Amino acid sequence: MEKTAKPGKVRIHRAPVRIMHWLNVPIIGAMLMSGWGIYNASPLFGFNFPVELTLGGWLGGSIAWHLAVMWGLAANGLLYVIWGLCSGHFRRDFLPVTPRSVLVDTKLALTLRLKHRLGQYNAVQKALYLFVLLCGMVLVLSGLSIWKPVQLSYLVAVFGGFDRARYVHFFAMAGIALFVLIHVAMVIMVPSTLLPMITGSAKPGVKRGQRKITHD
Amino acid sequence: MTEYKKSPHSEPAGISRDQLGASPARFGLAQPSTAVSQAQPVHAQPQPDVSPTRPSATQARFRLEPAQQKQLYRLQRRLLLRSGLTLGALTLLSGCNMQDGDGVDKVLWAMSRWNDRVQGWLFGGQRLAQTYGADRLTRPFPFNAFYPEDNVPEIDLSTYRLEVSGRITDHQPWTLEKLRALPQQSQITRLICIEGWSAIGQWSGVPLRLFLERIGADLHAGFVSFRCADRYYSSLDMATALHPQTTLALDFAGKTLPDSFGFPLRLRVPTKLGFKNAKHIVAIAVTNTYPGGYWEDQGYNWFSGI
Repeated sequence: MEKTAKPGKVRIHRAPVRIMHWLNVPIIGAMLMSGWGIYNASPLFGFNFPVELTLGGWLGGSIAWHLAVMWGLAANGLLYVIWGLCSGHFRRDFLPVTPRSVLVDTKLALTLRLKHRLGQYNAVQKALYLFVLLCGMVLVLSGLSIWKPVQLSYLVAVFGGFDRARYVHFFAMAGIALFVLIHVAMVIMVPSTLLPMITGSAKPGVKRGQRKITHD
Repeated sequence: MTEYKKSPHSEPAGISRDQLGASPARFGLAQPSTAVSQAQPVHAQPQPDVSPTRPSATQARFRLEPAQQKQLYRLQRRLLLRSGLTLGALTLLSGCNMQDGDGVDKVLWAMSRWNDRVQGWLFGGQRLAQTYGADRLTRPFPFNAFYPEDNVPEIDLSTYRLEVSGRITDHQPWTLEKLRALPQQSQITRLICIEGWSAIGQWSGVPLRLFLERIGADLHAGFVSFRCADRYYSSLDMATALHPQTTLALDFAGKTLPDSFGFPLRLRVPTKLGFKNAKHIVAIAVTNTYPGGYWEDQGYNWFSGI
């Protein structure tokens, strides 16, 4: 937490996090939708994504979107990782996280007893954010090996060849999509978390997302 | 990489993009695919927005003159492309300052040109594509083109000549015998289609570099372009044309190229996506003017290196 917040308010998300977070919405949206369009040209499994959920209209359009927006994803992702490491954001907000603490907090969350502490992530959140970071990394690396399997042959080998890299790319996408679903569901359940991601701060007096069920 | 002399939207001299893009009567609109081989899943899943006008349905109901059919397909594809890109823009840009489809379209084209450049930098002129043993060959090898397999062009060898033009010193057309008399090379490599699937095949023929040297090509020119008997066309950057594995293939799987796989002459470039591997080649030109390509002019990325 920063001390720069206005009096009576607690700084929850710093500006770089907020900016990069909201940039991610159109970027990841476009990457997912155009990626589904590309998937449909040669499905890995026995299903296609609904055309309404795809971007680009046809394979050439979807690829054009995917390979255009990927630069936005790369820039935003790279800046985030550099900033996260340098500012201590990762270390301070995502660590420590132990399997035991995740288990305990998951149990509490599922029984609606998990307290949402202001400006502090619980173990479930930490685990989820680390999970999505990992998915993002795998997604980018597998994507690079599908894009440039000859020039980056060593990377393709890490994933067990071109065809397997496509499956890895798919499952990493599925991980991100799952995260987005949970993430949005959580915001719907605890709507007071939305404003701080826009303004950056919240009043500490407000019981955020406790919704009167506060079994301590 | 050499700078383009023309914008991506410009047309090859004297021919409009529509004329070039016009497809044969039975071109599957909703199924942009590589020039090389066939992916069954795609064809099993036609896109709903175009399926009512699929060629087979059209042919069953009306009998259109070939010229009318061509015009129809041209129009349909243009609408498809435009609606696709505009719909995407709407989806992405709703809530922001609305941009028209043309604006978004231009941004996507500009990004594609930027990606060409980046790929030019990434391309290792001597970095070889992985080769495989004969036990890894994909059988049967899939067919793919912008038309169904029974529309593959039939080429009369007695009149076949490979025309060469542009920045070269020897303008003599080539017969197949002359090409076979040149040193040959063979490779077992993976063909990767833009659709995502891949297949391993064996091709042999004349190294393109050697051929370009024989015709006295300007090896510092920007592009090598290929024109095909089925009205397909495509082009390579010079660095890729000179890559040691880039081959003017005469044989597939140890035998003369079958009709379906590009008889009598095709390009095999294991450092490019499948659609850059032009089949049924009848003319090669060395040029500094961006030649584009059948799919490239519709929106596939031109460099499409892998």
